[in-house]
Amino acid sequence: MRYAYFPGCSLKGSSKAYEESLLAVFDTLGEGLDELDDWNCCGATAYFAIDEAKAYALAARNLALAEDQAGNDAPVDLVAPCAGCYMMLLKAERRLSEQQSIRGRIDGALQAGGLSYRGRARARHPLDVLVNDIGLERIADAVTRPLGGLRVACYYGCLLVRPHATFDDQYSPTSMDRLMRTIGAEPVDWPLKVRCCGGSCCGGPLVGTIREAGLRLIHDLLKEAKSRGADVLATACPLCQFNLECFQERVTREFGEPVELTVGFFTQLLGLALGLDERRLGIHRMLRWRLPELEPAAAGGAP
Amino acid sequence: MTPDPAHRSEVSADVRARRGGRRPYGLRGVLQESRLDPGFAAEIATIPGGDRLRECIECGACSAVCPLSAYMDHTPRRLMAMTQAGLRDEVLRSTSIWVCASCYACTAVCPKQIPITEVMYALKRMAVREGTFPKRFATPVLAREFVGSVDRWGRNTESRLAASLYLKTHPGLLLKDGWLAQRLMRRGRMSLVRESIRQRAKLGRMLRAAETSPPRAVVSSASPSSSSRPRASAISGEGPR
Ligand code: SF4
Ligand code: SF4
Repeated sequence: MRYAYFPGCSLKGSSKAYEESLLAVFDTLGEGLDELDDWNCCGATAYFAIDEAKAYALAARNLALAEDQAGNDAPVDLVAPCAGCYMMLLKAERRLSEQQSIRGRIDGALQAGGLSYRGRARARHPLDVLVNDIGLERIADAVTRPLGGLRVACYYGCLLVRPHATFDDQYSPTSMDRLMRTIGAEPVDWPLKVRCCGGSCCGGPLVGTIREAGLRLIHDLLKEAKSRGADVLATACPLCQFNLECFQERVTREFGEPVELTVGFFTQLLGLALGLDERRLGIHRMLRWRLPELEPAAAGGAP
Repeated sequence: MTPDPAHRSEVSADVRARRGGRRPYGLRGVLQESRLDPGFAAEIATIPGGDRLRECIECGACSAVCPLSAYMDHTPRRLMAMTQAGLRDEVLRSTSIWVCASCYACTAVCPKQIPITEVMYALKRMAVREGTFPKRFATPVLAREFVGSVDRWGRNTESRLAASLYLKTHPGLLLKDGWLAQRLMRRGRMSLVRESIRQRAKLGRMLRAAETSPPRAVVSSASPSSSSRPRASAISGEGPR
């Protein structure tokens, strides 16, 4: 099956490694991801805080383009790896089907741009696609270099499971944990899986009077993951990854305790287990990448 | 995880300082009914599920689960009660709505299924429309810069957004944080090249068609119903969080 792919702004910028590892993993598993032609900003948080109708129009344009690109009457799955984009597209999809008043307005806007949305496109997150469409069995078969008990803190963050828990439990999700176990890693049991990283909208530690709050949230997450013995924290969102990776030194300085921890994308770990080259997984782009030694990939795929 | 006690006292001192001069109810917590805007909750009720706000039992679950309530001038529970009571100005000037990271933790736990996060969003939009947001606070500036770039180019260019954000709010930090930009650039994670879509003109037409005609919705002049009266804990300045 082929999926339409919505990268969003971060995957073309600070989170190139997420795009690289995602495409490499899908390619290796024999699934196609076709980048949506001329996609635009999803309309997420920052936009939504200013103008609701325009934010929905932005999201709807992407959904409409996905239908156009698919070109037939079958439902089309639009894969959005950024949790923020994913939630916004999902929210638009739901609101447009549930609320007539907003639907009318957005239909009018789309028309002005020569487009229409018929409700066939739906937003999916790659974690959902990997675990529920492709399936853990197929992934297990493709593993050539099991991760040898690597201790992974699976971090889902906020918008992957809230407010619409479409494919996992919103308080205690398990899909990433199951995926990690499938590829030979050992997910650690920790309580902050769905706690907000502070990076989504508050501009967190970047600037502002709430810098202090942002650093506190990062500190809590990293410290907890470390104290549970995690070798790496796996994220499924570019904002979480950036936020948790880039301010470690500052948090360490501010709180006077070391919180350094490798923070990667779950697709990078999956890629390693599939025997992919580190470069294809964008690992050279990470600010910090220190994992315990892994076995070299078995030549020629799984026995 | 709650902040440790030492940290908590630091935080509350900070919050108290920020609240200074803006204590909404005065020293003794007396609130004049004439200062309430009964239409305020009605405006909020126009968002899907917004009418459930009046069913809030003030259990405080939202404030307890919110990872940022320690940094807010009014916790989510209190802000919901103030909104329901009609404390329009205090609510729209509150820093809470900008500290809120839209993480939906509160929405997930609310026993009354009140769409708290969406209410926060609606409050943000109102505050921006009415110009009551804190001017040097980074979040509203971020949101407006973001919108400007998307309206024009269809996409946001992270690096440019960050740069203009620093310049507009905290130019001093630019030097301090410059090392990070450099490290990201070296790894190909940051470029100043502008991201843009091809069909910008069409997108522009779409956005103009969708444009919100500011619906300062049907503000009823009817007398406040019993449910829109402030409740005791909303009135006391330092009630439970
Ligand atoms: S969790 Fe819901 S019912 Fe409880 S105080 Fe918050 S808004 Fe009110
Ligand atoms: S959505 Fe906002 S108010 Fe609700 S828990 Fe998250 S940060 Fe707090």
